[in-house]
Amino acid sequence: MALWKSVPFACILLPLFGAAVCSVLPRRAARAWAMGLIAAVAGLSCFFLAKMTAFDAAYPYRMGHYDAPIGNMLRAGPLEAVLGVLFSLLTLVCALGGGSRIREDLTEGRQGLYHTLLLLMTAALMAQVYTDDLFTAYVFVEIMTIAGCGLIAVRSGPGRSLVAAVRYMIMNLIGSALFLLGIILLYDLTGHLLMSSIHEALQAPAGAGNFDIPLTVVVALLCAGLAAKSALFPFHAWVPDAYATATPASAALLASLVSKSYIVVLLKVLFRVIGPAYIEASGVDNILFLFGVVGMLAGSVVAIRVPDVKRMVAWSSVAQIGYIYMALGLMTGAGAAAAVFHIIAHAAAKSVLFLSVDKLCEASEGHEFIGKLRGAGYRSPLAGAAFTVGALSLVGIPLLGGFTTKLNLARAVLDLGGAHAWAGLICLTLSTLLNVLYMLRTVLVLWSHPDRAPEAPQSSRAGGALAVSLGALMAANFLIFFFAQPLMDVINRGFALFS
Amino acid sequence: MARIRDEHDGSRWSRLQRWLSEGDDPLDRDLIEAVDAPTPLPDAVPPVQPLKLWKVREEARRSHRIEKADRFLRILYVLSAVLVCAGIIGVLWLTTERLPSFGGVENPANNEVPAHYIEKGMEETGAVNIVAGMILDYRAFDTLGESNVLFVAACTVIILMRIRSGDPADRLAEDAGDGRYEPGEDSVLQVMAALIVPLVLVFGVYIVLNGHLSPGGGFSGGAVMGAALILYLNAYGSAKAGRFFTFRTFRTVSLVALSFYALSKAYSFFTGANELPSVITAGTPGRIFSAGLIPYLNIAVGLVVCCTMYALYTLFRKGDL
Repeated sequence: MALWKSVPFACILLPLFGAAVCSVLPRRAARAWAMGLIAAVAGLSCFFLAKMTAFDAAYPYRMGHYDAPIGNMLRAGPLEAVLGVLFSLLTLVCALGGGSRIREDLTEGRQGLYHTLLLLMTAALMAQVYTDDLFTAYVFVEIMTIAGCGLIAVRSGPGRSLVAAVRYMIMNLIGSALFLLGIILLYDLTGHLLMSSIHEALQAPAGAGNFDIPLTVVVALLCAGLAAKSALFPFHAWVPDAYATATPASAALLASLVSKSYIVVLLKVLFRVIGPAYIEASGVDNILFLFGVVGMLAGSVVAIRVPDVKRMVAWSSVAQIGYIYMALGLMTGAGAAAAVFHIIAHAAAKSVLFLSVDKLCEASEGHEFIGKLRGAGYRSPLAGAAFTVGALSLVGIPLLGGFTTKLNLARAVLDLGGAHAWAGLICLTLSTLLNVLYMLRTVLVLWSHPDRAPEAPQSSRAGGALAVSLGALMAANFLIFFFAQPLMDVINRGFALFS
Repeated sequence: MARIRDEHDGSRWSRLQRWLSEGDDPLDRDLIEAVDAPTPLPDAVPPVQPLKLWKVREEARRSHRIEKADRFLRILYVLSAVLVCAGIIGVLWLTTERLPSFGGVENPANNEVPAHYIEKGMEETGAVNIVAGMILDYRAFDTLGESNVLFVAACTVIILMRIRSGDPADRLAEDAGDGRYEPGEDSVLQVMAALIVPLVLVFGVYIVLNGHLSPGGGFSGGAVMGAALILYLNAYGSAKAGRFFTFRTFRTVSLVALSFYALSKAYSFFTGANELPSVITAGTPGRIFSAGLIPYLNIAVGLVVCCTMYALYTLFRKGDL
């Protein structure tokens, strides 16, 4: 086997080993070590994507000496490579951009452990992308859940972050329990944990028809568990507090990557493990579609009403997760590809929003109310520009990634036709209009002249690392638009190889 | 105007609305109050405010309304919790009725995978204990993840619970808090602990070392050893336990055990996937030095489990190791 095919293995094992070392390093060394390792993982992922587009096929990778279904397996294809690049690069950029706030928000003793958690999270993200085994996915989902709790609660200072962490933990553990229950029942029905073997066992005549009710329950449990973890609409109560009180690097990571990684697992469950035929027979896809649509509207409506800008961005995440579930609920190839594209576009937009909004609040004497941010764009121009780009991308203005993804969503909805098309299109339009209301209002406030000059002119220009990561993320938002077609081709090719 | 707003805030409808949108609910509010409450300064006297009768009355009326709304929400909570639980129980009951019979011959779980483990397990992994062969060789990747779940849990608890020891005031608070709910210098406990702890420790070590030969292994043996350490701590107090187990010990042991696990398994995965020759051999089944990496991995997992258990206990007890 060619050496480059071992990249997925290296992307998982490198940060896992690095985390054990990172926990004993002093503060600065821990940060340098963690950043270096994450950069290495990102570099490897990019190299892997380049190789994978040329290779143009999916291959299994054995974790050990035993073939499937005896041992653990990884699986890598173009789709996995794209997601690997997205997750590793964004982890690097978010951790880089939030670095100065990590030093301010965290006590010294906690900073080393924070970077340990970052490395474990990177390993878990990579494992969820590449694994071909449902139980391995569960184990790494657990690592992700607990690391996420640490990322929220690590901030010293206001007690609200502890409350947010408690809420997050309760919701996520309920999700884990449902997901695990689903895996157990699925094992009892098929006798396998490996995704491709489960799929084969379900195709066999012995599996068909006999177990309609248990299979429906399994699909419902898996979907409900992962939906609760990724904060789909009725399970979203933990989101605003968690994202608004966590340190900006954590908020950006949680909103743009952690919640998405559960959706990647769900994508595997829907398309690789169970298969569209069974999902459609069970009717769970319609429920996902419905909750997605409701979430799209409800998240946006609340985002208009909240006066606190960080909370507003958090609520808009609830709406954006709704878009992804709506696309998944279509259960077509086009829908799934649109969902993956939305994961990418939204991750780029949301991370730039969370990183810049914190800088803008800082430039406005720490106020988080939208009214107090008047003129903040002039006080911190780069953060203002970054927020504007992120906001316009979320709204869906051409030249930015958000436009292409909304176009893809609308196309996927129209392709299916029928009631889905009507409901989807109307809600997509309504939600976009609501997005315009709350996002553009904030942008206008940012760039309107302040009533009075700030008492003491503060220098709140973005520091070096933050400037670099904001610049990179802004560029990413544009690049996603300009390279939308090649990206979509890779995603579509990945889906063709997926099941 | 303010009165109207207060009335609206206190009404059932607005509380329900807020609960739905922001997750504002009575159970949660207790938590927020407990966290947000400023620690009272010893000599601060609350400022005396002139009493206004209408204000007091207004306040009483308002708190009465809030109480009523709270009671309503609590009842709603209990009712919906009971309904949801009953629903889930009903659905799961229906499901289990229709599942393939457990342990039956025709059960799908009775396929080639367990057959392979049972027939070829000892030959391929060298472990007499098939379970050890499964979790540490066939599915070693999952177990690597599991030990890292313990590690990430320990890290998070350290982040949350560890009192920073630089400040002498914190040190004092920590020592005062230590062992408040534990038995103090209890001679009966100490004598019994002196008798039991060595036995339990040795038993734990035995379970870990024989993990590949008999039932047991790193997880169970590590839990036994951790229990022995916790018993020692309870009988003799943290001053004595701190002589052999400090935060440094925990960090060193986690580092060595986890990095050994990750590196050795990385070697084994890499050689396996690329079909390279590996220096790890199964050896003669039944011997203590056999089964390739399994005994060493068992030791690593055992150490991680033991240290994590002990660390979690002391962190919750006094906020430091």
